[in-house]
Amino acid sequence: MTQTITIDPVTRIEGHSKITLFLDDAGEVHDAQFHVTQFRGFELLSEGRPFREMPSLMARICGICPISHLIASAKACDELLAVRIPETAVKLRQMVNLAQMVQSHALSFFYLSSPDLLLGMDSNPDNRHIFGVAQAHPEMARGGVKLRQFGQRTIEILAGKRIHPAWIVPGGVTEPLTADRRDQILAMIPEAKQFILNALTLFKARLHEFADEIRTFANFPTLHMGLVTKANGLEFYDGDLRIIGADGKTLVPAVDKYHYQEVIGEAVEPYSYLKSPYYKPRGYPNGMYRVGPLSRLNIVSHAGTLLADQELAQFKALPDDQRQSSFHYHYARLIEMLFGVERIEQLLHEPDILSTHVHALASPNAYEGVGISEAPRGTLLHHYKIDDDGLIRYVNLIIATGNNNLAMNKGVLQVAQHYIHGGEIKEGALNRVEAVIRAFDPCLSCSTHAIGQMPLHIELVAPDGTVVNEVKRG
Amino acid sequence: MAKTFKIDGMDVSAADDQTILQVARERGIFIPTLCFLEGLSFVGACRLCIVEIEGNPTPVAACATYPQEGMEVYTNTERLQGYRRLILEMLFAEGNHVCAVCVVNGHCELQWLAEKLGMTYNTLDYLNRPKQVDASHYRFAVDHNRCVLCTRCVRVCDEIEGAHIWDVMGRGIDCKVITELNQPWGESVNCTSCGKCINVCPTGALFKKSKAVAEMEKDTHFLRYFSTIRAGGD
Repeated sequence: MTQTITIDPVTRIEGHSKITLFLDDAGEVHDAQFHVTQFRGFELLSEGRPFREMPSLMARICGICPISHLIASAKACDELLAVRIPETAVKLRQMVNLAQMVQSHALSFFYLSSPDLLLGMDSNPDNRHIFGVAQAHPEMARGGVKLRQFGQRTIEILAGKRIHPAWIVPGGVTEPLTADRRDQILAMIPEAKQFILNALTLFKARLHEFADEIRTFANFPTLHMGLVTKANGLEFYDGDLRIIGADGKTLVPAVDKYHYQEVIGEAVEPYSYLKSPYYKPRGYPNGMYRVGPLSRLNIVSHAGTLLADQELAQFKALPDDQRQSSFHYHYARLIEMLFGVERIEQLLHEPDILSTHVHALASPNAYEGVGISEAPRGTLLHHYKIDDDGLIRYVNLIIATGNNNLAMNKGVLQVAQHYIHGGEIKEGALNRVEAVIRAFDPCLSCSTHAIGQMPLHIELVAPDGTVVNEVKRG
Repeated sequence: MAKTFKIDGMDVSAADDQTILQVARERGIFIPTLCFLEGLSFVGACRLCIVEIEGNPTPVAACATYPQEGMEVYTNTERLQGYRRLILEMLFAEGNHVCAVCVVNGHCELQWLAEKLGMTYNTLDYLNRPKQVDASHYRFAVDHNRCVLCTRCVRVCDEIEGAHIWDVMGRGIDCKVITELNQPWGESVNCTSCGKCINVCPTGALFKKSKAVAEMEKDTHFLRYFSTIRAGGD
């Protein structure tokens, strides 16, 4: 008798989703689907709006990463203006994007995933949450809270407020940085660095406990995509959009952003509202690729800051088959946080960082604009077309999480096949099915605040629709 | 001849040409207004400045009512507070006011009034009527989603600039401000592109196309100079 296992909702992720596992007659998992169950419709509702509204409108896609959308959107709008924005504005935008990266990674690593990583995948679910971490590893929990604060506070100091600031606008930013505010950010940096280094030490020391997870958490060869500097260093704001093969060889050195649709196709599956982008030359679904921290670190040759480069060298020394494991998104996130804090420090010491020339004024000079940046979860693309009056006529968005959709689906299947046998469902096995999704840190909507356990509901459904078994928690 | 009357129990006097609103403002008594703007004629359209008069069953618009000898006016009764909030709720429900992405966020009279008068939520269903944006003018745009039909633009263009390109078309729920007898603004031959309508608009309905979210601040100071010039000419 075939059965279906449904995990609904998936917990400790951002947004709403569920997982369905299909069992065959022998009780083995033969297929898995990761469903994103919410619909937003931003591409349609922005049609007809003045393009200068777009950054703020797009920021509302997400309460956790509004900055990421502000950046990609403002870059697309810069293209509509067809201006080169002031250098200082670029640096300020880079800095706020890095701060966003740090706060989001801190949320993912410490708040959402550290319960699995520090307490154990099989630990008692009653304590497997951030408060449980706070009891067992108070310094880690405190570090996580402080790192998130570092990111959010930096955003606030630069942009005026933490969530949805209107500071990033087409043509640059609205306000320059002052010496006083620069010093406020600088003062927070040493502590932030230390927290990340402590977390890295603890994480690396425990990696051997997760050999099974490393082997099975969406660990398969895929392409990787991400922005890089001209020198193939880590870059979140601008640069070349590079695609490499699983063997590390470069397939596309720099995607021509106005022809991205020749490289990236967007498939739609009936079971999910999340699109499934794929690398077009390889077709669907063979053109599976990944984005985000793991991909970025696999693509680049170096980070570009002292401590992050040291950590990256250790990461690069891992065996090839380990570096393809999505479990190491966690590892990569820690290294990227370190890079983020160091790079912010570098930028704050730039001689022109306090320049008041931060906003290029122009009318639209192009009908089409594409903005690409790196969000915490990966490459983010905004594509707009406007009419003669500057009103939006077309919007296409490729959201970072979407790029990983194919890999997440396959990852769920891989984990489920490894941990679920004979129709027997252990709590720890189900947690791992969720944990593989958490490794990707998908941001499925705006924000969800997971405190403790959200209810988890699993049903075993017979082919005739009757529920043969049911497990509930929460 | 000066008249004496009472506002909120305070003895006040008014010259012949002074409305209740003008006297109240002279005395520092707050009466909310939206369509009224010092320097333009009054129309009493928004009804936010309604006040109660002892013995009068219905409230009257303070901007458009001259006091009578011995009148007793009340500006902030519980009944008035309720009416004013309801008016604001209706304005918000009729248009599509999304402050978060509005060009005048933080500098909007409607937003300020909602905060000031304690409209913390809307009891009415939003109509969500799709409305157009006319961005055909090279510098300015009108977003009808945010228009509250105060007609300040109509009056300033007619009374101060003397171009009279703005009018009001339609009735009831279909009412809208139009340019040049309902032609696209960008095709107007009479618009002088002076920007006065932009500056007097209390919301983000009229704005400069060069401004992004929350960047647009309105400046109505120019009206004071016109008032001064006019007063000198009388």
